[in-house]
Amino acid sequence: MATETLVDRRSRRAPGTVEVPRGAGVRPGRFTPYLFLAPFLLVFGVFVLAPAVYGLWISLHNWDFFLPTRPWVGLTNYLNLFDSDNLLAEQFWESMLATGKFVLFSVPLLVVLPLGLAMLLNRNFRGRTAFRAIYFAPYVLGVSVIGLLWQFLLSSNVGLVNYYLSKVGLDEAIPWLTALPWVWISLVGVTVWWTMGFNSVVYLAGLQGIDTALYDAAKVDGASRWREFVHVTLPGLRPVLLFVVTMTILASANMFGQSYLLTAGNPSNETRTAIMFIAQVGLEQFRIGSAAAMSYLLALLLIVISAANFVFFRSKEGD
Amino acid sequence: MATIVTAGRRPGQGVAANLLLYALLLILSVIFIAPLLWMLSTSFKTTEGATALPPQWIPEEFSAEGYTSLFADAQAPVLRWLFNSVVVAVAHTVLVLVTAAAAAYPLARMRFRGKNTIFALIVATLFVPGFVFLMPNYLIVESLGWLDSKWALIVPGAASAFGVFFLRQFFVSIPVELEEAGLIDGANRFQIFVRIVLPLAKAPLATLAILSLLGSWNDFLWPLYVLFNPENLTLPAGLATLKGAYATDYPAIMAGAALASVPVLIAFALVQRYVIAGVARSGLKG
Repeated sequence: MATETLVDRRSRRAPGTVEVPRGAGVRPGRFTPYLFLAPFLLVFGVFVLAPAVYGLWISLHNWDFFLPTRPWVGLTNYLNLFDSDNLLAEQFWESMLATGKFVLFSVPLLVVLPLGLAMLLNRNFRGRTAFRAIYFAPYVLGVSVIGLLWQFLLSSNVGLVNYYLSKVGLDEAIPWLTALPWVWISLVGVTVWWTMGFNSVVYLAGLQGIDTALYDAAKVDGASRWREFVHVTLPGLRPVLLFVVTMTILASANMFGQSYLLTAGNPSNETRTAIMFIAQVGLEQFRIGSAAAMSYLLALLLIVISAANFVFFRSKEGD
Repeated sequence: MATIVTAGRRPGQGVAANLLLYALLLILSVIFIAPLLWMLSTSFKTTEGATALPPQWIPEEFSAEGYTSLFADAQAPVLRWLFNSVVVAVAHTVLVLVTAAAAAYPLARMRFRGKNTIFALIVATLFVPGFVFLMPNYLIVESLGWLDSKWALIVPGAASAFGVFFLRQFFVSIPVELEEAGLIDGANRFQIFVRIVLPLAKAPLATLAILSLLGSWNDFLWPLYVLFNPENLTLPAGLATLKGAYATDYPAIMAGAALASVPVLIAFALVQRYVIAGVARSGLKG
């Protein structure tokens, strides 16, 4: 591997850096960058770029695992999803509605509650690192552990949650995992418990990046706590807020494990999310063409939502 | 609650406010920790003790039955799952680190044809939701003969666009003079990368390693569908089968959950500062 002039000029930072003399027997290695990139590009090509195109190709075919031929069907798999007489379409939109509800219920809580927690942790007190670690702890566990654990805790007859509720006078056993509206409360509550530590930590880093002089200035101006929050904290957190809102929407839209393990999509498919339905159609019934079409439709929707979110935060920048 | 809305560096607000703060923090701690303790405690109970009321936070009768019944069950080889999970997570993480670091370096420091296109492609995939790759990757993995094998879990997710982006940002910030010194000494680019750049990048590499380990360890949907044989499952996929097989044998179910969580929780307790710093940093860069 030959050496070459080291710096890409565009990425050079400090002025006055020493240029390595070209005369020192240094020949630019034409292939050096590609050799560095090769291992990544191999995996990236086979498992990211190729499937992105291959998936689209599949979605244009009647791609059933058990069929000897996989005929080209054009946009049929997509058009079927908009056909009101089609059972698959009906079930797909039902699952999209479930995902939509979950996003709608969980995202506001996962944006607001962790911010409160982060502000609580951003004060100076003894043991804040330990508390921060405690609130973050559930996040390091996988959804399978979370699912098994809460399935037990929320069990309507032997669960701790109903037991302690009966201790405070609620004698009726709540069907947390089997009936509306409790299934949604359970799924959202468990998800908030599981992941809010993550968002809190991201917020906390953002809060610590806000210039303290701004708070001092607000205090000199006699600003109330609330005005300080609105005029110093929130604007200072804008990029972090954008990140948290976008990531949380995407994570909630990807919800699968909680429903799979806690409610199994019940009652009557009310909590069967889009990802769960796509996985069932594609990887249990092996109607892979239809499942691919549904994935692309959902992805397109999410990309539009993320972009809209980005534009919204940008437009607020001038305020 | 006005007391929450403070910015940290205010002078103390008296003993009462502090007591209130600690009370709130402790109540929250109980909410976050008690379920985990309950899992651990249940795993050491008899089946009767597990559902006895009032609940026994400390088992009245200790029993390792939950663990032993799992260990004796050929359909639920939890220790094998634990082993599979460790192998997969470590191999996956090594692959992520090696490929991402090597790719990030030329993107940060070299000039070559196609650089902008390659970088743009990598960044663009950051915005594509992962489930889009589910169907085609299933077919690709199948045609490679990787279904029901560890390769299906180690390789496909290893092209970390985030890792490349994250490490490139760091490499760009390393002063060029450090590398030039190596170049003058006659080292080639590969030697400079290994001896000078990588040692400087320990912190971001550790961050990426932690995030990859966690991601792989906890991955659920993909292993659920690409692994079949009980011997080959990872912990998350295996645990999902316990729910059906052990229905209301809560000590056994909680023993499985505890086996999957205790190693992670201990590791987290030891390096929590780095985990949290890593998450915070990934958030700020993102």
